[in-house]
Amino acid sequence: MSAIETGSAAPITTQPGTRRKRRLRDRDGMLGSAMLLPAVAYLIFFVGYPLVLAIMYAFSNVTVGSSKFDFVGLQTFSTAIHDPNFPGVVAHTFIITGISQAIVIVLCTVLAFVLAADFHGKWFVRFLVLMPWTTPVALGAIIWLWMLDSIFTPFDWFAQHLGILGPGGHLNMLGHAGLATGSVIAVQAWRTLPLATVIVLAGLSSIPRDIEEQSEVDGAGFWRRLFGIQLPMLAPIILVALLFGIVFTFSDMAVVFILTGGGPGDATQVLASWAFYKGINGGNLSVGAADALFMFPVLLGLAAVVLTMASRRRGD
Amino acid sequence: MAIVEVRDLRKEFGGTTATDGINLTTRDGEYLVLLGPSGCGKTTLLRLLAGLEQPTEGDIVIGGQVVTNLPPRDRKIAMVFQSYALYPHKTVRQNIVFPLAAAHIPRPERAEKVSWAADILGIERLLDRKPRELSGGERQRVALARAMVREPQVFLFDEPLSNLDAKLRTSARDELKDFQQRVGITTVYVTHDQVEAMGLGDRIAVLNAGRIQQLGTPEEIYSDPANTFVATFVGAPPMNILRTGGQLLGFRPENLLPLEWSGKQDGQLVCRLEITRVENLGSDHYVYGTIPSLDPEAKVISKIPTTVPLVGTPNSSETYVVARDKLRYFDPETGERIPSTGAMVSP
Repeated sequence: MSAIETGSAAPITTQPGTRRKRRLRDRDGMLGSAMLLPAVAYLIFFVGYPLVLAIMYAFSNVTVGSSKFDFVGLQTFSTAIHDPNFPGVVAHTFIITGISQAIVIVLCTVLAFVLAADFHGKWFVRFLVLMPWTTPVALGAIIWLWMLDSIFTPFDWFAQHLGILGPGGHLNMLGHAGLATGSVIAVQAWRTLPLATVIVLAGLSSIPRDIEEQSEVDGAGFWRRLFGIQLPMLAPIILVALLFGIVFTFSDMAVVFILTGGGPGDATQVLASWAFYKGINGGNLSVGAADALFMFPVLLGLAAVVLTMASRRRGD
Repeated sequence: MAIVEVRDLRKEFGGTTATDGINLTTRDGEYLVLLGPSGCGKTTLLRLLAGLEQPTEGDIVIGGQVVTNLPPRDRKIAMVFQSYALYPHKTVRQNIVFPLAAAHIPRPERAEKVSWAADILGIERLLDRKPRELSGGERQRVALARAMVREPQVFLFDEPLSNLDAKLRTSARDELKDFQQRVGITTVYVTHDQVEAMGLGDRIAVLNAGRIQQLGTPEEIYSDPANTFVATFVGAPPMNILRTGGQLLGFRPENLLPLEWSGKQDGQLVCRLEITRVENLGSDHYVYGTIPSLDPEAKVISKIPTTVPLVGTPNSSETYVVARDKLRYFDPETGERIPSTGAMVSP
C-alpha cells in the first residue's frame, strides 16, 4: 500500500502546478460561484442599483437643478397621475404594444411555417427575416425616420401611383396622430418579428414528425392539421414569443424618441419616452422616475409568467 | 378487410435504394410481419403502403384499388407508430375522435364509435385523461382504439412494441394478437425482433437490402430458410453453418445433441464436437465448439435444455449427432438453399 502511495505522490511533488489547477477545476461549488460572479455583478450594478435609485427618486422631490433630496411619500406619483397628458401616455403604451404584438403573433406564425418548408433560397430568406434583429434599435429607427421623411418618403410615391394622393401630395406620415401611431406600431412590429419567428420556428421543428404523419394518416387536411394539431401544440411557445415581444415593446423608448419624439403633440408619447422627457429633458427627476415605475408592475407580472412557464416546461 | 398487393415496388432516396423491386400479396385478414435488420427497407415499405412516401417505381393495390398516387387519408388505412404518436394536447377521447371528425362523421355516431372502441380495448376509464398520464401499455391501447374507429381496410404497425420495457412487451404482444384476431383486419406489422415476428405473424416476410428474402409461415421461415441470411437472421442462437464438401451445411443449435441421450438412430450425422466453452442461460445450456471433421474453421453452438444432463466440459471432445432430416444445404456462392445432394456428409 505504501508503495502505491509513493508512486502516486512522486509526480505531484514534481508538478505542483498541475495539481493546483486540477483541484480548482474539480471544486464545483467554487467554480460555479466564480462563473456566476460577472452576471451577478452586472445585475447588481446595472439593474438592481438603477432600480433602487428610481424607486428612491420616485418617493422624493429630487430635480436636476438642485441638490435637495426629501422624501415626500406618494406626492410625486400624485403629480405624475394628475398630469393632463398621463392617461393618453398610458393608453398609447397599451395601444402600441397591443396592436404591434397582435400583428407580430400572426406574422411570426405564418413566417415560421413558410421558413419550415423546403424551398430554394431558404437560407437567404431566413437571413433577411433575421436582419432587423441584428440591427441596433436606434439604427433601425433612424432608417425608418428617413423612410418616413415628410418630403422624401417613398410611401408618397406609392400613394401617388395608387391614386390615393393627388400629384405632388404628401402623406406626412409622422405629422398626423393616426399615421404617426401607425408608423410606431409598424416599426415595433418590424423589429420584434424576427425573434418571435425564430422562437416559433424552433417550436415548430420540435413537433415530432410522427405526430404530423399520424394526423395525415388520420385523414386530416391542411386546416384541421393547422388548427387541430400544430397551433395547439405551438401555443405555449407562441405565448413565450408574445411575452418577450410585449416586454421589449412596452419598455422601449428608442423608437418613439427617434421616430416621432412623442409627437405630433404628444400623440405617440409612451410611458418610457414620457418618463425620459419629464425626468431628463424636463429636469424633474422624481416625476420621471415615478412615470417609469408605472411600467414596473406590468413588466414584473410578465416576467413572473415567463419564469413560471419556463420552470413548468422543465418540470415536464 | 382487404388484400394488400405490392408490385415491383422501388424506392430510392438520392442514390440509395431502400426497396428494390418488392412483390408481395397479403391474404384477406392476414397478420403479415415484415422482419429484417435495421436499414433493410421494411419501414420504408410500410411508409409506402401508408402513403407517407411516394414510390420511385411500382404500384400499391389495397382492396382492389390502385392507391399509389392517393394521399394517406384516401387509402382507408390506419397506422400505429412506434411512439404511438398520441396528440399530447388532446384527451384520450379527443384523440380517438380526431380521425372521425376528419372524416366528417356526424357527432352522435362519433360518440357511439368511441365507446365501442373503448369497450373493446377496455379504456373507458381513461377517456378523459391526457396521454402523459398513461402507461406504455395504456398508450398502445389508445393508439389501437384511434386506429380502429375509422374501420380501416388495413392496419399498419411500425414496431409498436419497441418502446415498451421487456416485461410489458410480452403482455402487449399478446394483446395485439388478440385484438387483431377479434377485429380480423388485414395487418402489416414491421419489426426487427424475431420473437415478435414468430409469435405474431400468420406469415413472415424476411427483408434484407431492400428485397424480400423469404415469405412464409413462421415454421417455414425457421425450419426451411430460403438462404443463409434467413437461416442466420432468424433463430437465437442462429443456425450453424459449416462449409463442407463444396456446399454449406446448416442445422439449428437445438438439433445438435449429445449422442449419449439422443441415442443411436438411423439417419444421423454423427460427429465429434471439440468443446471450447459452456454457458448456462438458465433454461438452456449453450455448448460452443467446432467440428474439425466437417469444418475446423466454423464455430458451432449446441443448445441443450438444462432439464437434461449436460454432456461435455470445456476442452473436451464428445460425440454429438444431428438427425439427417434436420440438415439444410446452401449454395456456397449465392447462399441460396439447394436440395440435399443425397451424398452423405461423412463425419
